[in-house]
Formats: sequence, C-alpha cells, structure tokens
Amino acid sequence: MTKITFIEHDGTEHTVEAVNGLTVMETAIRNMVPGIDADCGGACACATCHVYVDPAWEDKTGERSSMEQSMLDFASDVEATSRLSCQIKVSDALDGLVVRLPEQQG
Amino acid sequence: MSTNAGTVIIGAGQAGLSCAAELRRRKYDGPVTLIGAEPHLPYQRPPLSKAYLSGEMPVERLWLKPEAFYPASDIACLTNIRVTAIDRETREAVLADGQRIGFEHCVIATGGEARIPPIPGANLPGVEVLRNLGEADHLSAALKSAQSLAVIGAGYIGLEVAASARKRGLAVTVLEAAERPMARTASPILGGWFGAIHRGYGVDLRVSTPVSSIIEKDGRAAGVLLANGETVQADCILLAAGLAINTGLAEAAGLECGDGILVDAACRTSDPSIFACGDVARFHSALYGRSIRLESVQNAIEQGKAVAAAITGAEVNYDPVPWFWSDQYALKLQIAGLIEGADSIVRRGDPEMGSFAVFHIKEGRIIACEAVNSAPEYMAAQKLIGSGKTVDPEALRNLDVAMRDLLA
Repeated sequence: MTKITFIEHDGTEHTVEAVNGLTVMETAIRNMVPGIDADCGGACACATCHVYVDPAWEDKTGERSSMEQSMLDFASDVEATSRLSCQIKVSDALDGLVVRLPEQQG
Repeated sequence: MSTNAGTVIIGAGQAGLSCAAELRRRKYDGPVTLIGAEPHLPYQRPPLSKAYLSGEMPVERLWLKPEAFYPASDIACLTNIRVTAIDRETREAVLADGQRIGFEHCVIATGGEARIPPIPGANLPGVEVLRNLGEADHLSAALKSAQSLAVIGAGYIGLEVAASARKRGLAVTVLEAAERPMARTASPILGGWFGAIHRGYGVDLRVSTPVSSIIEKDGRAAGVLLANGETVQADCILLAAGLAINTGLAEAAGLECGDGILVDAACRTSDPSIFACGDVARFHSALYGRSIRLESVQNAIEQGKAVAAAITGAEVNYDPVPWFWSDQYALKLQIAGLIEGADSIVRRGDPEMGSFAVFHIKEGRIIACEAVNSAPEYMAAQKLIGSGKTVDPEALRNLDVAMRDLLA
C-alpha cells in the first residue's frame, strides 16, 4: 500500500492509502479530499486537479507531459512544483508522497 | 435539526451529484435526496465511449464519488428508481413505488437518453445505443463478438466509438446524413479534418448519406439500407444520433419548456422553488446573446453548483464560457466557446503537423476556439472569450507570438 498526504490550502492534512495504478487525482477523489475538482475526470482537459508536489518528491513524480505543461501555463497560482494530479500514477515508489493543494482550482 | 423540508434532486448524473455535493460544501443543513433511475451511483459518462469501452478503464474507476461519500455527506442517494411526477401543489416528488418525498426546493437534472432516429428496424437486436453504463456494457460485449460495426451518426459519440472499434480491429463504417462529420458542433475545417483522420485509420466514413432502414436477418440486425439503395453489411450497429432530453417530468408539471427546461440566470424554472441544470436546462447566455442548452460535463458540474449556490441564498448569474473535449486516436480535441455567429476565422498552426487551432472571431473578438493537440491555444482562448478582449488576427495567426502574450 502506498501512503499519500494531501495538505489543503488551510493546512489540513489528509494521509490516505492509495491504490497502485490509479492516479493521485483519483486517490484524492476516492478518499474525499476536498480541493481537487477534477472536472474532466482525468483526461488532462481541464486543469482542475492542480497540486504542488513536495520538493523532496519532484524526481520521483517525473516530468510534466507537454500537454500538461500547456494546461498549467494557463492555470492559476502555478509554481515550479505544480503538476496536474491526474497525470501522476501511483506506485510503490511514491509511498510517502506529499502534495499541497492550491487555494482554488482552474 | 433543520426544519427545512429539504432539496430533492431528480437525476443522479454529473449535474445532480455536483448540486448535492455543493449544497453540503455550502453548509446547507436540510435533507438532500438524490434520485437516480439507473442502478448505479453517479458515474462519469465521458469514458463510456473512450477508455471504458476500449477496456482500458475498469468500472470501479468510473464512480464520481466513493460509496462512503454519500452517508458521510448526509446525502440520501436512491438508485434504480424513477420519479414519476413532481406535485407542485403539495411540493412532493412522486416515485414509481408510490413513495412521496417532500421538498422545499426541487432540482431537475434528468439529462437525456440516446435519441432513436425514426428508421425501420431501429429496435432490432444487434442495434446498440450509447448513453449510459448499461448500454456501454452491452455495446462492449457486442463489439467483442463482432467483425464489423456500422455507426449511424458522425458526432462525438459516433466517432469516438468508431475510433475504439478500429483499435479493436473491427471493420467500421460511419454513415452521416450531413455533408461532414460533427456538423452540428464543429466548423467545416475541423469536421473535414477529423473525417480525413478517420479515413486514414481505415474507417469507411460516408457523408451526405442518409439511412433508410436497418436490415433484418434471422430476427437480428445485419446491416443498413441507405437512402441511395446501397446496403452496408454489419454485425453490430450503433445509433449515435444525439440526445433526447428528459423534459417529460417538467412538462407534465406545467413548467415552461422549449428544447429544454427554461431557466433564468439563477437556474430557476418558471416555478421559483424548482431548478434545472445540466443537459436538460436551457438558459440565456449573456456572453452569446441567445438562449442556449449545453450538453457537456463542464456545464453539468458548473450549473449544478450554480443551483446549489442559488438554493443557499447566493446571488447567481450563470453565464459560462462553454468547453468540451473529445479524444479520438491520439488526438485531443478541445473546444472553448460556441462557433455559431462568427464573421471570420483564423487558423493557427498546420493541420499537416497534427496540431492546430481554429479561432472563430466576431467583431474582432474570439467567440470560440477549436484546438487539436493545442492546449495553449485552447486555454488562452477560454480566457479571451471570457474577457471579451479584441485580438489582432495577424498576431493570432503568427506562431512566433506566444498565446500568453495575447492575454496581456
């Protein structure tokens, strides 16, 4: 089992068990973590599942795809560590992953 | 304890769920009942014609919320039961089993069903439609045992299924009465280009080709008879002829309807305690200056939220920049805005390169953008449509000018 911690904008932490093979976005939805809208259901079509990956985990979560990069270019409050959580696949390598949520999606 | 009779939401799709969840997020303390005719908890429809149909996505990834969400949010989700009437006198929703559920506010989010075109043989076994999960399972099973598929209708659903079926190796024919694919929603440039892509993948796409009947053999559908007298043999036939929206309950209740349930800027119907949202709701778009009805996930989510805001006393003026997407083969089509009414178009990028965008301009402003594998154009267009900023067509056409710079 892979543990992922989501930290809401107000600091509330949610540490949840994630299923390998699903995405970080789906993990948030399944565990009722507020702050991830995921309007398009993970098709990389909407940029409403934006998260900030904890710097310690940047290497493990991999690179943004070009589509993801383009979507993030126009999302709000984007930082160097921003990712679309629908594009990060859960695996054992991400056990302990920490992501922070932006104030608003979109 | 609330003395509020609560909110009854008819329709447990994306719009109904969005409304229910948003009511709770806004600390609404009355009872919330979400009623669905299908035997499932609310699920995502877009994958039904894409990843779910192709088998890449298991059913448990379709649910919009986990089962625990409903009790945890104090939302009563009734599935597999139809609402047969809305009693406006007593303010009750009447269920098929005779149960009556009182409400202070009622939300109609009944969506629609696959439209069955009036052609002989449309009800034969072997003729499929695709709108809900049960139908997707049925179609998926039919495609497994079929060698050939005929799709009647070249809209998004028809083309997405055609792409999925080609991936599975079936022989696919798509029959479209209009002169190009996606004629109702996309521009001629885009429709023509997508048509060429499908043909490149081996789809026999025939436009300007009305269908006259489904051919029967041994009690099953075996092909399609075209209006020109030709026949197309197929083991499986998909009717992909758009949506028949479920306005029956609203009409029977005497609410104002006309290709949709008519709602105001706060999503209220002609009865101030009854709201409508999602595919069934028709509202005035200030942005486009006309009455519109949107069949999209985005509209279902946002209008559902708008209804919840209105019910909880917020000032609501629902006027979205519409957006849609479609995945076919390795192409991501993203559309922002509505193309109708443009006076000129600007193309950016080269279709030959597989990524390009078509901007639809009216009086110097972008009113829509169709983007193929061009997320920056799409995202920037969404913002430009919303802001109403005038754009220089030359700059828009010039790939050396970054889309970001056009927002400034």
